[in-house]
Amino acid sequence: MNARMELPARQQESEAQVKGYIGKSSPRAGSKRLLQGRGAYIDDMRLPRLAHVVFLRSPHAHARIKSMDLGEVLKQPGVIGAFTGAQIAQYCTPWVAVLGHLKGIKSAPQHAVAIDRACWQGEPVAAIVAQTRRQAEDALQFAQVDYEVLPVIVEIEDALKGDYVIHPELGDNICFQRELKTDDFDAAFARADVVVEKTYKFARHTGVTNETRAVLADYQPADHSLTVYHATQAPHMMQDIISRHLNIPESNVRIVCKDVGGSFGIKVHVYPDEMATVALSVMLRRPVKFIADRLESFISDIHAREHIATVRMACTKEGDILGFDLNDLTAIGPYSVYPRTSGIEGNQVVNLTGGPYRHKAYRAQLKVVFTNKNVTCQYRAVGHPIAVALTEGIVDEGARALGMDPAEFRRRNLIADDAYPYTFPSGLKFEKLSHHQCLDKLLKLMDYDNLRAEQAALRKQGVYRGIGLAAMIEVTNPSPAFYGVGGARISAQDGATLRLDPSGMLNVLVSVTEQGQGTEAVFAQVAATIVGVTLENVRVVTGDTAVTPYGGGTWASRGAGIGGEAVLQAGKALKANILAVAAAVLKLDAAQLDIADNAVVDRLTGEQRMPLAEVGRVAYFRPDTLPMDFQSELTVTRHFTPREFGFTFTNGIQASYVEVDPETGFIKLLKHWCVEDCGTVINPMLVDEQLRGGVVQGLGGALFEECLYNEEGQMLNGSMADYLVPMAFEMPDIEIAHVCTPTMTSELGAKGAGEAGTAGAPGAVMNAVNDALQPLGGNVIEQPMTPERVLAALGKL
Amino acid sequence: MKAPAFDYVKPASVDEALGYLKQYGSGAQVLAGGQSLMAVLNLGLAMPEVLVDITGISGLKDIVVHPDSVRIGALVTHATLQASADVAKYLPLLWQSVPHVAHLAIRNVGTLGGSMALADPAAEYPAVALALKAVITLQGPKGQRQVAADDYFRGLYDTARAEDELLVAVTFPKVKNNQVMVFDELTRRRGDYALCGLAAAFDLQGGKISAARLAYLSMGDTPVLARAAAEALGGKAPTEDTIAAAQAALAQDLAPRGDLHGSAKGKLHWAKVLLARSIRQVGKNV
Amino acid sequence: MSDKRRPISVMVNAERIERPVLVRQHLVDFLREELDLTGSHLGCEHGVCGACQVMVDGQVVRGCLTLAVQTDGKQVQTIEGLSDSGELAPLQEAFFKHNALQCGFCSSGMLITALNIVRHHPDSTREEIRDHISGNFCRCTGYQAIVDAIESVLVKNRATEILGASL
Repeated sequence: MNARMELPARQQESEAQVKGYIGKSSPRAGSKRLLQGRGAYIDDMRLPRLAHVVFLRSPHAHARIKSMDLGEVLKQPGVIGAFTGAQIAQYCTPWVAVLGHLKGIKSAPQHAVAIDRACWQGEPVAAIVAQTRRQAEDALQFAQVDYEVLPVIVEIEDALKGDYVIHPELGDNICFQRELKTDDFDAAFARADVVVEKTYKFARHTGVTNETRAVLADYQPADHSLTVYHATQAPHMMQDIISRHLNIPESNVRIVCKDVGGSFGIKVHVYPDEMATVALSVMLRRPVKFIADRLESFISDIHAREHIATVRMACTKEGDILGFDLNDLTAIGPYSVYPRTSGIEGNQVVNLTGGPYRHKAYRAQLKVVFTNKNVTCQYRAVGHPIAVALTEGIVDEGARALGMDPAEFRRRNLIADDAYPYTFPSGLKFEKLSHHQCLDKLLKLMDYDNLRAEQAALRKQGVYRGIGLAAMIEVTNPSPAFYGVGGARISAQDGATLRLDPSGMLNVLVSVTEQGQGTEAVFAQVAATIVGVTLENVRVVTGDTAVTPYGGGTWASRGAGIGGEAVLQAGKALKANILAVAAAVLKLDAAQLDIADNAVVDRLTGEQRMPLAEVGRVAYFRPDTLPMDFQSELTVTRHFTPREFGFTFTNGIQASYVEVDPETGFIKLLKHWCVEDCGTVINPMLVDEQLRGGVVQGLGGALFEECLYNEEGQMLNGSMADYLVPMAFEMPDIEIAHVCTPTMTSELGAKGAGEAGTAGAPGAVMNAVNDALQPLGGNVIEQPMTPERVLAALGKL
Repeated sequence: MKAPAFDYVKPASVDEALGYLKQYGSGAQVLAGGQSLMAVLNLGLAMPEVLVDITGISGLKDIVVHPDSVRIGALVTHATLQASADVAKYLPLLWQSVPHVAHLAIRNVGTLGGSMALADPAAEYPAVALALKAVITLQGPKGQRQVAADDYFRGLYDTARAEDELLVAVTFPKVKNNQVMVFDELTRRRGDYALCGLAAAFDLQGGKISAARLAYLSMGDTPVLARAAAEALGGKAPTEDTIAAAQAALAQDLAPRGDLHGSAKGKLHWAKVLLARSIRQVGKNV
Repeated sequence: MSDKRRPISVMVNAERIERPVLVRQHLVDFLREELDLTGSHLGCEHGVCGACQVMVDGQVVRGCLTLAVQTDGKQVQTIEGLSDSGELAPLQEAFFKHNALQCGFCSSGMLITALNIVRHHPDSTREEIRDHISGNFCRCTGYQAIVDAIESVLVKNRATEILGASL
C-alpha cells in the first residue's frame, strides 16, 4: 500500500533537513568488521567437500570446436571431473536475451559452456573441477581441443558491412535498432541559424570490481534443493533464473549474498561460467566454487560503452536550442546478455540525449551490433556517460559557435525549475527537477568567475587550464516499465519486514542488497527514525531469498528510494502495532502514545510510559495478560512499487577544472565539483561518497580505461598492469553540494544517487580538456582522452 | 593464476648458488626480491624447474663508498637506496630515479641487482647505469668479472650475464662538482612503467655543456644512449637553439616500437620533450 | 613437475606456525588457505592492486608476490593481527568515521599502507598521502575519504605531539 494519497503538503527544501536519523551522516555499523579483515566474502567460505572449477576458455574470438578430448585432464592430480558444454547442457538449458519492449531485438541462444562454437575470446569451452584451484589450473594444459578458426567481426563498422554474419539464422549483425523522430524535426533544423555537429567515440571499458566474480553452489541431492552463495546484486532474479534453467522448483533454490567486494552493475548479469558452476554442483552432488581470477575477469566480465555517436544541435542566433539529432552506433559482444539484454545501454542514450534542455525537435537513430569481442551489458550509469558527454559536448560547441559563455548558454536553455511535470521529446516524463538551482549553486561553489579570470591570466603565461560543465538527468527508482513490461522476471517492487524483538531491538529484512554502498545503513536509519528506536538497536539483513521479502535487489539506483520506502511503510505499520499493544497494556488510547528512544511515551508530554523491551516481553511471553480478542502483530511486511513515472529522474551538474600540458598531452585534474539533487538524502556522508566514487569511476573511463583488441579479436591489455584504472595520485578532490527536491511518489521522498557521479564526470572533463585546448585549436573527441589523443588533436603527431 | 609447480633451493653462499645455476642450467631462475619474477610466474608466463633464492647470501647487501665510486650490492633494496644518505649525496641520478620504481610494497623487497639482471627496457636503473657508465660485477665458476654498462645490455631481457653467473654488485662513479644530473620519466599513473624516460648526466665547463650521456628507457629493447643528440650538445650553452638542435638529432638515435601505451611517433615526441626539459634544468644550474 | 613442500617456521601475528608449505604457494594463499586468515584479499595476483598487502618484518609487502617459503624465520603481521593488537585502532576509527571504505575489499591492504604512513611519513601533506596510497586500488570510494581519514590521524598525532612537547 503506497502512502501517496495521505501525503502531507511538503514544502521545497533547499537544504537537507534532519528528522531523526534521516539526514544524518551516521557511520555504517557494517564497516567495522570489514576494517578488521573480518568480512565474509564468498572466497572466504569453507564447506565440506568443496570442489573448485576452472574454465577452459576459447583463445580464439570465433572458432568452431571440431573436437575435444579431456581424457588426459582426468588423469591429473586432484581432478574430480572434466566436462564439455554438451554435458553441462543436460543440466542447464540455454537462454536468449531479448525483451518484448525493445521492438525487434534479436539474439542467439547461449549455453553455459559453448558446445559447437566459441564466439568470443574468453568464452568457456570446458569445465575442470578439482580439489583445489591450483590443481584445476594445472590440468588445463592437458585439454586437447581442435579449433577451426572462423572469420571475426572486431571493428564496429565491419558489423554492418554484411561481409560476415556471426549468427546466420539472425540474418545480420544487428541486435537492436531504434528510430524516433518528432514531427517538427525537419522544420526545426531547417530554420535554425546555427547547426553544430560532432562525432564522438567512446572506447569499451569494464567494471574491474576489486572482488572478482564469485559463486559457490551447494546442491542438496536428498531433496533436490540448492543453496547458491552468489556475489550478485539481484538474488531473487537469480533464484528465478537458476530455478527455470536447472529445472529445480523455485522455492527449492536459495540465493545468499555474502559481503560483496564491489559490483557497479558487473554482478547483476547472468554469466555462463556461473550458471555452469551451479550445474556442476548438481551434477557432482557436492559444493562447487568458482572465483574468476583477474585475467579471466577482463575477458569474461561484461564490457560496456563502445559507441561512435554523431550528434547535431540546432539553435537560433539568440542562443535557443531547437533540437538534437543523434546517430549512435554501438558494439556489443556476440550475444545479448541475459536477462536484461544488451540493447538497454543504447536505448538509454537515445532516451537521455539532450536531457536537461528545453527543446522539442529530436531525431535519434540507434544501431546495436554484434561483434566477436567480449559481451557487454549494463555497467554503472548505463548509457548516461555517453548521452551526457555528447550532449554537453555539443552544447559547448554551440556555445562556442555563438560566442556565448558555456554557463550562460546553459542557463538560457536548461528547462526552467517551474516547468514541471514535463514530457521530454523521447517520451520520458520528468516529475520535478531543479537544473537552475543546481547551476546557480555550482557556479557559486566553484567560484566560476574567478576561475575564468585565473584561466585567462595563466593562458598569458602559456599555462592551459580548462573548465568543463556537464548538466545531467539521471534515471533512478525505475518502475516495471524498465524491464518487467518486456517480459523479464525482474522485480521492480521491493519489500521490507520489520520485527520488534522481545528485548526491544528492531530486526529489518529487506529485499534490496548491499555491495558496500551502505543500503543496510540507510534502511537502519529509516527504520529507527520511523519506529522510534535508537540506531544501535537496529539490525538489518539483506541478500537471502529464504529470509527477506521478494524484490528486485540493487540496480538503476533504486535501493534507497524503493527499499527505503518499503522500510518506511513497514515502520509506520509496526509502530502502530506496537502502540496497539502498549495501549492494551496501559489501557489508553493509542492516539495518546508515541515511541521515542526505545520506549513508548506520552505523545504530548514525552513522558516514558513503557520501554519497548516491556512491550516485547508482554507480547511474546505474557499474551495471557492481554485482552482475549487481541493478537499482537510485532512483525510487519510492506512493499513499494514506483508507479507514477517510468523513472524518477534526478538532476545534477558537474564541473571539472584541468590543466593540459600541450607538450606532453598529459591532463592534470585540478578539481571536480558535483551539485546533485537526489531528493531526500538519508545519509549525506554515504551519498557524497557514492557520488565521489562514481565521479572517479567516470573519470577512469574518460581518461584511462579502454579494452584494446587486435584484428583477431583478442584482448591485448587484460591485466591490471596494462588496463589502467584510476589510482589515488591522479584523482582530484571532489566537492559536493546538494539541492533537495523530494519525489512525491513516496513518503520518504528519496531518489537514487548511486550512478550520478559516473554519469556526469566524462562529459565534464571532456569539456574541460577542450576548453583548455581552445586557444591552441585542438579538440579531443575520443575517450579515453589519452596523452596521444591530445597530442594528435593538437597536430603534434 | 596459480604459479606452476617448481622446486626451490636457498643457497647460503655465492658458490653454492653458482653450483645450482650450473646444475639446472636454463631450468633455474634466480629469486631475489621476486617482484618481477613472482608476477611472471602468477601470470603463467614462465615455468622454471627451480627457483634459486639468493636472499640468504650475506655480503650482497652492502653499500660501500670508495674514493671515486660507490659499490652497491645486488641485494640492496629500492627502499634502502631511497633511505641512503650516501646514495643521495654521491649518486644523485640513481637517487632521483628510485621514487619512480613501482610502489612502496615493491620497493621494500625489490632489489637493484634484480632490476639490473632482468634489464626490463622500461626499468629505471639500467638507463641510470648506462648514463653513468656504471660497472656491473658478475661472478661465475671462473670468478668475478667487471662489465661496463655500455657492453652489458645486449637485447630484450638479454644481458652479458651468462646463465651460470650471478650479478653480485653494481659500481657507480660518484658525481663530480661540474656535473648536473637529471632523471625524469613520463607515466600515465604514479608508479606505472614509463611511456618514456631519460637519465641524463651533463658535464659542464664554463657555462657550457662539455659532454652529455643521455640514456633513455622505454625507447627500445634496452636502455638507449642518444649519442647524436649528445654530440649536438657538445660545447654548447643550454639555450633553446641548442635544445632544438639536440631534438632534431634525436631521430637518428631513437627508433622506438609502438606498444599498448604509446605509438612510435608518440614516444619519439615525448623523448624530445624530456630532452628539452633536462637541458632547461641544466640551464637553471649553470 | 610434482608439487614440492618445504618446512618453514614463521611467526604469524605472534603465533608460531611450523609446517611444510607448498613451495609454489604465495603468502596470501598460504594465509588464506592454510591458516584461514581470510582478511588479506586477492584482487589481481600480479602485484598491482595492493589488496593482498601484509607486513613482513615490519615492512609492507605484496603478499601475492611473496612465496610462503620466503617467510621462514620471519614475522608476518596480517590485518587480523594488527587489528587484534590495537595497532590499527586509530586508523580504523578514522576510516569508520570518514566512511573511507565501501565494499571493504581494498581496506586490509589500504590500512597497512596507512599504518606505514603514520609510522614513517607522519608529516605527509594530502598530496603526499595520495602518493603513498597510489599503489592501492579502490574502486568504490574515489580515494578522497581515505585521504581524509589518514590526514585526520596524522593531524591528531601532530597535535598530540605538540601538546606533549609543550607540557
